[in-house]
Amino acid sequence: MGKILRRTFLIGSAAVGGGVAIGYWQVTKPYPNPLKSRLKDGETALTPYVIVAKDGVTIVAPRSEMGQGVRTTLAALVAEELDVDLNAIKVINGPASKAYYNSMLMEEAAGQAATDVSAGAERMRNATKVIAKIMGSQATGGSTAIPDAFERMRSAGAAARIVLTKAAAKSLGVSASELTTENGMVIAADGTSIAYTELAGEAANIKPPSNPPLREKSKWRYLGKSLDRLDMVEKCTGTAEYAIDVRLPDMAYATVRVNCHLGAGVKSYDASKAKARADVKKVVPVKNGLAVVSTNTWNAFQAVQDLEIEWEPAPYPVNDADIVASHRAAFDDKPDSQKRKDGDVEAVLAEGDIIETEYLVPYLAHATMEPMNAVAHLRDGKLDLWVGTQSPTRCLDVAKDLTGLDEDDIDIHTMYLGGGFGRRGEIDFVAQAIEVAKAMEGTPIKLVWSREEDMCHDMYRPLTLARFRGAIRDGKPAAFDMHVAASAAAIDAFERQGMNLNMADPTITQNAWDNPYKIDNYRVTGYRAKKALPVGFWRSVGASQNAFFQECATDELANAANADPLQFRLDMLDHEPSRKVLEAVAEMSGWGGALPEGRARGIAYYLSFGVPVAEVIEIVDTGAGLKVDKAFVAADVGLALDPRNIEAQLQSGVIYGLTAAIQGAITIEDGVVKQKNFNEYDAMRMYQAPSIDVRILENGPHITGVGEPGLPPAAPALANAIFALSGKRIRELPLNNSIAFI
Amino acid sequence: MQLTINGKNHEVDVDPETPLLWVLRDEVGLTGTKFGCGIAMCGACTVHVNGQPRRSCSLPVKLVDGDITTIEGIGTPDAMNAVQEAWVENQVAQCGFCQSGQIMTAAALLSMNPEPSDDDIDRAMSGNICRCGTYPRIRAAVHAAAAKMRGA
Ligand code: FES
Ligand code: FES
Repeated sequence: MGKILRRTFLIGSAAVGGGVAIGYWQVTKPYPNPLKSRLKDGETALTPYVIVAKDGVTIVAPRSEMGQGVRTTLAALVAEELDVDLNAIKVINGPASKAYYNSMLMEEAAGQAATDVSAGAERMRNATKVIAKIMGSQATGGSTAIPDAFERMRSAGAAARIVLTKAAAKSLGVSASELTTENGMVIAADGTSIAYTELAGEAANIKPPSNPPLREKSKWRYLGKSLDRLDMVEKCTGTAEYAIDVRLPDMAYATVRVNCHLGAGVKSYDASKAKARADVKKVVPVKNGLAVVSTNTWNAFQAVQDLEIEWEPAPYPVNDADIVASHRAAFDDKPDSQKRKDGDVEAVLAEGDIIETEYLVPYLAHATMEPMNAVAHLRDGKLDLWVGTQSPTRCLDVAKDLTGLDEDDIDIHTMYLGGGFGRRGEIDFVAQAIEVAKAMEGTPIKLVWSREEDMCHDMYRPLTLARFRGAIRDGKPAAFDMHVAASAAAIDAFERQGMNLNMADPTITQNAWDNPYKIDNYRVTGYRAKKALPVGFWRSVGASQNAFFQECATDELANAANADPLQFRLDMLDHEPSRKVLEAVAEMSGWGGALPEGRARGIAYYLSFGVPVAEVIEIVDTGAGLKVDKAFVAADVGLALDPRNIEAQLQSGVIYGLTAAIQGAITIEDGVVKQKNFNEYDAMRMYQAPSIDVRILENGPHITGVGEPGLPPAAPALANAIFALSGKRIRELPLNNSIAFI
Repeated sequence: MQLTINGKNHEVDVDPETPLLWVLRDEVGLTGTKFGCGIAMCGACTVHVNGQPRRSCSLPVKLVDGDITTIEGIGTPDAMNAVQEAWVENQVAQCGFCQSGQIMTAAALLSMNPEPSDDDIDRAMSGNICRCGTYPRIRAAVHAAAAKMRGA
């Protein structure tokens, strides 16, 4: 026990700032089943994931459905073992609860190289699951939902099936071993069948086994196959309910104006003009701003503009040049991390004849399609909250803090998310809705941000600078030295949750330090730039910019070595799954084959979130600007649970990545984000979108998630294609600052 | 003010400057039509007025001069329209938030042009943003819906 306690704190000193005494029993004991206290008459919760009642079976899929298809795949994991028809059951998100903690959340922070599958590395990965459990965070992000659920939710299904079989055995007076299950029924040797729904009462008294045996892959009925998504019909008929669609009797509509000097407060304000409007019910101070409550969203949008507010000044440099300069200055500080130091980079570089470059990427907004919003209703000592969130337990925390209510008196209803991309792991908008609901106790409040509010009050992908030096000797890469300066996205995000991580920020050199390229002299160093705009988790996080630096630099080395960019990469790789994705994408794209005048291809490879991905981008010069015509993606997911959905996620990552690469930039003027809406921060549109061919490989050792890994190679593959087409090496994003696109 | 929405009459009492989007969503309670930008840049709010695709976020309700059709009006989960069926068959939606607008734009395109080329699709659909990047499947679904509607 002492040992475990010590280890917990060793890794956990960073993770669990509060310093609660945690004994062995607490670490191993399961969290109580959160469904138990919420059951209606006649319902039985067999595990935290399975509810059986007279009128049907319900599966709890406790990760947020933000487009990645997770609800369907998680339900399929349970259904596979439970023996139910996926289309005959109900699937819900379930309540906010530590029981649904994400066990994979701390793996990245522990810092095992992705390709390291040694016993020690695997032990460390398992240890991080203990930390994650103690943190008890029910969060969706980091491409973790599938690896987290793969055993856990199949076990939940298997345990529930065993309980139901035992219940049937009891009521039939036979031994459980004589019974089989099929399609929501327990079936006896003589053909008698009992529906699961008839067994709810009997099953309630049977304890589920903790380590039920799981089925062989060869027996799978749902897993490994492309399933029709359970949310598809709703989403194509306008009937899927997002938080912004929640309607309650006598609901009032609110919106906010928060200081655009991010993090700064309100000096003074005059609300008399807004209050004079007939539609305005109340003006409520919220953190760093004000909310207005009105009779509909449009009126609230108008009324909030009638507030006269004097703002506190920005707590950071007020223009881009100064922010970039402050990032550049970080290179003179002591490094935040140096996770890779192979050989002696300095010795090789000191010989001269080196390649030296600098790269710069801007801040980026998430710009989810559904602007931030939440519905809160506080009355009779109870709070209900309807919200599209990536972190229901964090919503629960903020609700407890703001209302002083007990957990049992708070219900978090996690709705469909109109996009997440990391933004909906934050709770600023949730806190505002609760603040307003408190000021208007008894009245349900729907608080919706305008797009302008959304764009200017994000936790952005960090602006990042990279300095690279490398050398070729005898046609081979001899030194690779990458220095990256960014503000600390993970440390900042955890700090906003009240957790102080006294450690290097894992995102600054995320997936750059453990890149599997074998070069004798290889160094990756991270520097923590001074905080400017608030930064956070943006789809693929540090990998989004580090892939650009690494893969553009690699292309520059290949060019200096007069080598083919594909062969140059293959020659540095002995990691088989990585080699295979490169070979696959080369074959798919016809790499090396001749192209007509005005066309070119670029290639990039990146291993992020455990998934090696190679992409080829083919561009064409239309005369009116470049067009990304074709994209080819090969990714190794370890084990593919739903190929068609994986394809969709990889395509989605490519388009999100290309949008950012071509045109994405959040810039600052007078301390305020300049881009206010899609006219200034546009998304890739249909006529600009390439065809995207995807190939899924399964050679890797771990099952993985693919919400993010398709994104990082897109930007460098495009930049490398531009070099192949024009000889122009663009080292700053967005690319359309340097070259025209259609 | 009188509005005809999905074949039904509605009496609404709002400031005539209010964009149709908010009348639909907050006053009438038809929330299938989405809010994405409020400035006619994203297409999430697309509805039909007299069969023409319109950005309801930027259309003051006083200027509505005909029958309104929303996503709820073209089909239901039990009786989907051909475009919705094609969308489901091609598994287009991800987060889904843009898809009401995408489907309404596609439905309007197909009613005017039963056999659109890729270029026609680009022209008609490029006012609709999808942050999830479902464009490859939208394109496939528009072609599939066209084929369906032609009875092919
Ligand atoms: S909300 Fe109307 S076009 Fe974006
Ligand atoms: S499906 Fe998410 S924005 Fe289109």
